[in-house]
Amino acid sequence: MASRQHVAMTGNEAVAHAMRQINPDVVAAYPITPQTDIVQFFSQFVADGVVKTEFVTVESEHSAMSATIGAAASGARAMTATSSQGLALMWEMLHIASGYRLPIVMPVVNRTLSGPINIHCDHSDTMGALTTGWIQLYSESAQEAYDNMIQAVRIAEHPDVQLPVMVCQDGFITSHGIENLEVLSDEEVAQFIGEYKPVYSVLDVNRPITVGPLVLPDYLFEMKFQQAKAMEAARRVILEVGKEYGRLTGREYGFFEGYRLEDAERVIVVLSSTAGTTRVVVDELRRKGEKVGLLKPRVIRPFPASELREALSHARAVAIMDRAETFSTQGGPLFCEIRAAFYDAPERPLMRNYIFGLGGRDVGTSQIEKVFADLAADLARGSVKTPVSYLDVRE
Amino acid sequence: MTELKSAKDIPIGGIIASPGNSRSYRTGEWRSQRPVWIPEGCVHCLICWVYCPDSAIEVEDGKMKGIDYSHCKGCGICVRECPRKEKALRLERES
Repeated sequence: MASRQHVAMTGNEAVAHAMRQINPDVVAAYPITPQTDIVQFFSQFVADGVVKTEFVTVESEHSAMSATIGAAASGARAMTATSSQGLALMWEMLHIASGYRLPIVMPVVNRTLSGPINIHCDHSDTMGALTTGWIQLYSESAQEAYDNMIQAVRIAEHPDVQLPVMVCQDGFITSHGIENLEVLSDEEVAQFIGEYKPVYSVLDVNRPITVGPLVLPDYLFEMKFQQAKAMEAARRVILEVGKEYGRLTGREYGFFEGYRLEDAERVIVVLSSTAGTTRVVVDELRRKGEKVGLLKPRVIRPFPASELREALSHARAVAIMDRAETFSTQGGPLFCEIRAAFYDAPERPLMRNYIFGLGGRDVGTSQIEKVFADLAADLARGSVKTPVSYLDVRE
Repeated sequence: MTELKSAKDIPIGGIIASPGNSRSYRTGEWRSQRPVWIPEGCVHCLICWVYCPDSAIEVEDGKMKGIDYSHCKGCGICVRECPRKEKALRLERES
């Protein structure tokens, strides 16, 4: 594609389109609902010869991630894509990808984990992977999924980072919904991501290396410390890349996006597609003079604790919505981390948690209106009556 | 003890960037018992050299020369297989 275009695409199509423009050396993937389209579209690009990618058809997601790791260790720009059970099957390899510091980019189309089996959206798959050492970017729309894919390459491959990145979007809601988005020209993408110069390559015969040796108690801890430091460096790199992408496209990306947040007294914090629904409700309530706002996190790993605290410091009541259950009985993952971020704050807003949308349960404007109304009741009472509740479940 | 490097001074991801460096990794530090060679009793049959799993028997001109304690893990197989038994190789507790 020689110039920028406005196109109608599903989230999966947009991601496959970004992958075509990134033109990775190797893609090893296995289809799983609702990610299947990505692999299907991309394999068509391979068959048509419009990418130079070596496409490896594998027999499982464990093999998909293993082959991707092998390719990345050899110095290739390597990718795969998955959802739900596929991500779960990759589990041990997720830690190996990050532990070996391989800058793999993987779109993940969020779908609930079995059981019972269900193919629809919630975030239990990637929320379970918060401790795997991967950077996680969440996308509200096909546009954001596309934009995050291209930025993810730069973030992952930055010499100070060298970590794998998951680019998440909501299964079916975003992945199969058609929307209008702007895509860059192939040349712009090629120029933005640049040529990949791997730090190490197992195929470089002039600089032979060993990948994956046994590391004993005398050094493993230092290597995990290096990983933690890289995650810290990713905080800076994510912002730098987001700004540069903004200069190119007019769409700048940070750790999160605020919507009518500056003077909001009641705020909903929610990831991905539900942020779109919340925006509509915010506009409705604002027309009635209610001071409500939205904060939509984009980056969960690394966790931008101080920035989130700063952005929410003026709010009087905050509802944090989690599309995943931790079964701790203390709320969802986002709630626990944001609440922890406020531990050292001199003043804290009232804060409550909603577990919502599990197994693809639809969340419409009426549910979001209820959350804002609950926050108003908390404010009137001066306290939170139910810290953790389940939105729209038949109790 | 081998001097340990800090996180800043080692390659990322557990990569070994200098090939053939196992020579400098002193596995002998793991030893809890050591074989002691008694040259007067040794007949240089080199059965210890054949059995040693760690190439820790030092040989020169076809003759037993000593034990590389930097790499000998003290498994004791040389002592067990030595046909001269206690006369040529003895196992002692590591102090």
